[in-house]
Amino acid sequence: MHIVVCIKQVPDSAQIRVHPVTNTIMRQGVPTIINPYDLFALEAALELRDKFGGEVTVLTMGPPSAEDSLRKALTFGADRAVLLTDRFFAGADTLATTYALATAIRKISTEFGPPDLVFTGKQTIDGDTAQVGPGIAKRLGLLQLTYVAKISALDLEARTIDAERRSEGGVQILRTRLPCLVTMLEATNQIRRGAMADALRAARAPIVKWSAQDAGVEDISKCGLRGSPTIVKRVFAPAARSEKAALIEVGEQPAEALIEAIFKRQPPLEAELATLARGY
Amino acid sequence: MSTAPKTPSQAAGGRASTKKELPEHFKAYKHVWVFIEQERGVVHPVSWELMGAGRKLADKLKVDLAAVVIGPDGEATQHAAAESFCYGADLVYMVADNLLADYRNESYTKALTDVVNTYKPEILLLGATTLGRDLAGSVATTLLTGLTADCTELDVDADGSLAATRPTFGGSLLCTIYTLNYRPQMATVRPRVMPMPERVVRDTGRIVSHPLDLVEDDIVTKVLSFLPDRDSAKSNLAYADVVVAGGLGLGSPENFQLVRQLATVLGAEYGCSRPLVQKGWVTSDRQIGQTGKTIRPKLYIAAGISGAIQHRVGVEGADLIVAINTDKNAPIFEFAHVGIVTDAIRLLPALTAAFRARLSPHSRDRIAS
Repeated sequence: MHIVVCIKQVPDSAQIRVHPVTNTIMRQGVPTIINPYDLFALEAALELRDKFGGEVTVLTMGPPSAEDSLRKALTFGADRAVLLTDRFFAGADTLATTYALATAIRKISTEFGPPDLVFTGKQTIDGDTAQVGPGIAKRLGLLQLTYVAKISALDLEARTIDAERRSEGGVQILRTRLPCLVTMLEATNQIRRGAMADALRAARAPIVKWSAQDAGVEDISKCGLRGSPTIVKRVFAPAARSEKAALIEVGEQPAEALIEAIFKRQPPLEAELATLARGY
Repeated sequence: MSTAPKTPSQAAGGRASTKKELPEHFKAYKHVWVFIEQERGVVHPVSWELMGAGRKLADKLKVDLAAVVIGPDGEATQHAAAESFCYGADLVYMVADNLLADYRNESYTKALTDVVNTYKPEILLLGATTLGRDLAGSVATTLLTGLTADCTELDVDADGSLAATRPTFGGSLLCTIYTLNYRPQMATVRPRVMPMPERVVRDTGRIVSHPLDLVEDDIVTKVLSFLPDRDSAKSNLAYADVVVAGGLGLGSPENFQLVRQLATVLGAEYGCSRPLVQKGWVTSDRQIGQTGKTIRPKLYIAAGISGAIQHRVGVEGADLIVAINTDKNAPIFEFAHVGIVTDAIRLLPALTAAFRARLSPHSRDRIAS
């Protein structure tokens, strides 16, 4: 069995700051991490490989420094890492990204064997779009299972996969056919600590590096900024609210004073809360 | 996996200034459409919120607003279509087929793609729900057009282009995105970001039916079963009128009980900021903010939450934001309406007791009289 896991190296968004005067992003010193949801995808793939045998290939598109994330994935136990890196990919939106990644997965398929499964995280913490997984599936003509909490069965002979998919009002248990693309939800599996042997291997393992041409990109105008139908026209900081919070004095009865301030500001709330609170 | 938010320099140096004439074959694309999401017979409220936003865009463009209703052939789908008129639709495109009883990517992507290719909307809006995001990503890739995720503002420019604004860099900045030379211009919007428009009782108008043109054997994916969330387990955070939330200032997972106790007394939902989910104190369905839920309550009480921009994005729609924090310089006081600089761990039990006393049946009589 061959599984391809797409990961992305992202800035740790919790640590990004905006320059107070220029309203520009201060990226200096912001550490990069593997997108946390992609780690759940990687772990799911490794668990399946350990159970059914086969290989896990991790793939990322990014600047040369994204090699760090691939090496990290190798320490967790991935068998092979592919870095898709080229200045032609810069500025790609989701549609252009899926074109490049789908092309690379086709190349992986001919070089290292066709994947039975392609995994991604449900979304990234920088772009937050959740569109790249479904886009890759569509580009490759794969079936797709998004927001998967658990893979409940895999039958390699019958070529079927059963998965629990989170939907708005509950959980769908779906069965579809391999090959298929799965996007993984959070917190259903703990990412492993890599084995010492994997760590040693990862430090020296070769990383496959492909330019657009190496990966077999046929139409460079479909990549990067040129291949992106969406255009960012304006970036700006959210408007500051004109008034700051009215601060309540911490006196003898701060709780009562706070409640008084709340109801004074929104008088209808008291009757509504009394209704809501009924029964407690 | 996703796309990197583009930097301002890329935006300035990119194609933004090189708008070409819209290709000839896209000129027939007119009107604003909203995908009406229904699952198991219930329309997701985000669809009506989008009808409110769609109505404004359509009025500004002087075009029709259409609802797209996709579902099983039966009463629920007919009802969703009828309701669409009450929320401002000029007409409804409907694909009703029993193969669409359950949401499956293959059948819904085909249904929506076919209707788009046949009737050619200029703008297509969907909810950024699990269903909406799954469907929007597939449809946009099939149509090879642009899709802007999780918008917080939608507007049209003087030249008629859709200006879709969304948070970027984890919510620390906003960016406005255009899909200039492709159609339709697609966008998703999260539940509760747009206000719910008023429902006006109206007669059903023109319904255009479109066939699905599939048989069950064409659809590979099968639904083996569906486990609905138990009501007790289900968090109604996004639609709650009152929300109490806790952050790192609570100090320990045990202290999070204080948030739940106040929520119980207020008949409220409880939530938290992202670090508490990362620490495993609270489950992810309770997370409020950029990577969690957007809320729009009448009253929001934030206890021990510093108010990072990622959190602010998720709570800005609240009517009244109350902040409790020991640090008077915490960013939350920049966007809260009422604040108190004190330790939430000490204030919360007193607040719970005071609310209980104030809202007791005896007090209710007082309010009524």
